[in-house]
Amino acid sequence: MSEEIHARRLLQGNEAIVQGALAARCRFFAGYPITPASEIAEQLSVRLPAVNGTFIQMEDEIASIGAVIGASLAGGKAMTATSGPGFSLMQENLGFACAAEVPCVIVNVMRGGPSTGLPTSPAQGDVQMARWGTHGDHSIIVLAVSSVLDSFIMTVRAFNLAEKYRVPVIILSDEVVAHTRESVELPLKSEVKVVDRIAPGMPPDWYKPYQEDARGVPPMAAFGDGYRHHVTGLVHDQDGFPTQNPQEVEKFHQRLSMKITKGLPDIQLTRKFHMDDAELFVVAYGSVARSAMRAVEEARMAGIRAGLVQLITLFPFPRRTLTPYLQQCHSVLVPELNLGQISREVQRVNQGQCTVVKQNRVDGRLITPQEIYNRLVKLSSGRLS
Amino acid sequence: MPPSIQALTHTYFRHNKRFPHVWCPGCGNGIVMGALLRAITRLELEKDEIVLASGIGCSGRMPTYLDFNTLHTTHGRALTFATGIKLANPALNVVAIMGDGDATAIGGNHLIHAARRNLNLTAIIINNSIYGMTGGQYSPTTPFGSTTTTSVYGHIEHAFSIAELAVTAGASFVARSTVYHAALADQLIEQAMMKPGFAVVEIISNCHVQYGRRNKIGNAVEMLTAFKEQAVTVKKAATMEQKELQGKVTIGVLADRDLPVSTDEYKKIRERARAAQEES
Repeated sequence: MSEEIHARRLLQGNEAIVQGALAARCRFFAGYPITPASEIAEQLSVRLPAVNGTFIQMEDEIASIGAVIGASLAGGKAMTATSGPGFSLMQENLGFACAAEVPCVIVNVMRGGPSTGLPTSPAQGDVQMARWGTHGDHSIIVLAVSSVLDSFIMTVRAFNLAEKYRVPVIILSDEVVAHTRESVELPLKSEVKVVDRIAPGMPPDWYKPYQEDARGVPPMAAFGDGYRHHVTGLVHDQDGFPTQNPQEVEKFHQRLSMKITKGLPDIQLTRKFHMDDAELFVVAYGSVARSAMRAVEEARMAGIRAGLVQLITLFPFPRRTLTPYLQQCHSVLVPELNLGQISREVQRVNQGQCTVVKQNRVDGRLITPQEIYNRLVKLSSGRLS
Repeated sequence: MPPSIQALTHTYFRHNKRFPHVWCPGCGNGIVMGALLRAITRLELEKDEIVLASGIGCSGRMPTYLDFNTLHTTHGRALTFATGIKLANPALNVVAIMGDGDATAIGGNHLIHAARRNLNLTAIIINNSIYGMTGGQYSPTTPFGSTTTTSVYGHIEHAFSIAELAVTAGASFVARSTVYHAALADQLIEQAMMKPGFAVVEIISNCHVQYGRRNKIGNAVEMLTAFKEQAVTVKKAATMEQKELQGKVTIGVLADRDLPVSTDEYKKIRERARAAQEES
């Protein structure tokens, strides 16, 4: 048996997502070709059958996520990958996965929008759609990746969260992260923590597929395991059967929301740089976070006490992480490749303590470190002692 | 002797489900459900190995009542979920149950591609020519000239022939029955479930409440009588002129062909992929 060794490899973001999915033991992919996500499908069509998994190219994105949900109900870890237009088509069945509590991972490699938009340019225009795209009140987990290594780590994480909380998890990448090649050292198989859904331990006759327990996440039986049960997108009772009883309907909604709220410390991932003594800070995610990191380093060298909070979990929005810094700092800069989608969230949680400054670019180009640096200098001028 | 209704009810109905069901008295859905259960009984299939997946509408409620692995998906998408289930666990016997609007309007793309793809799945399509649950709007199988709640001045579009559509799209097995011909429906569903590859059974059914009444065909009994009169076997239809076949419904097996089944073909893909990986 060959010993595992750390090795550096030249990978693009989309390839790292493939590696991450395989490391998380994803065994099913259904998708539809779309730029700039297609490499994920192409590579999984090669890799999955070799590990006894399944790849299928469906007739559209609606069918793709349908097949993913079906595969997950049959016990497999499943994912799909798309970009904005395809993600729009997936919203209906994404809601089904929320309501029926079916773990799955959906990668959206964002490109310019709306509509067909800019297929080969980066953007971050799908942030609020990831949160609110499917109809009805629902909880959802959205992660944003900023690098090739991140693409690997957060894909594993996305599967783990999906399995643990029985929710669809959305990974937002963008055209730049997806297609940038970087030299990375991926964790060894033995270093990757993989979480699997909890199977029911009780006899089949006792199994209530949607019964509330202390964890808020009921055990999940796979079709064919002997735990014959009903799965529906209708509001259902603890047996999985449709209900209109107000008490049961209320309970259904509250548990779906509470199971995520209970897991917040586990779900909300952020990275902090130079925040301890920061007077102003940047909130950034995705490829923009990397420009922000460089800008903050340069601002520090110029004597500006700037910091960065990189958001990995966009939703549920990490309010508790930001609140102390919004009290500590006089300004927060939110650079984004859209007209202000996360700055909305920052403003919402800020409650007037701090000046929230937007920095937006929607021309299909990146926000450069220099642009962010210039804004930091401007924000700090007059405030330096 | 086919099993009695009581025996079927006791064996296959869910004891923990609150009844009554949602279907109107006289609805053809119950006949289709009975046909499916009789087929399953004859095939001696285990409940655990059966997955029944539906879309939305009156037909969509069928899985709720039955003691299998059951799934009530989104409108038109039953076949997409069924595809994922079958691929993830090919040992399961997956049956999709759909209505005409479900399978050929919102889910039309999925139907033709499932037929083309030829996974080992069974699709039962209950065709009552109307959107019943939502109040009687015209569907892709509503006949030209009919009156519905969205065509009160007369329907000006032409109807799909679902079974013929499935034949053209490449399904391995395609058959049609009506709810009057219940014994034939049993047989056809049994054959469909046995057939390797994608199998479609269209069952012409009655929605006397939303369709029959509005189009002066009458109640459930009168609609079933009409099906009896309209039905022509495939064998007999072959001897008839095109003109004579106007307004008739061809029943029986329309296509039964042995094509490579993609669920089996994928096993070969896995072998090729493993061999390629060992080489590299």
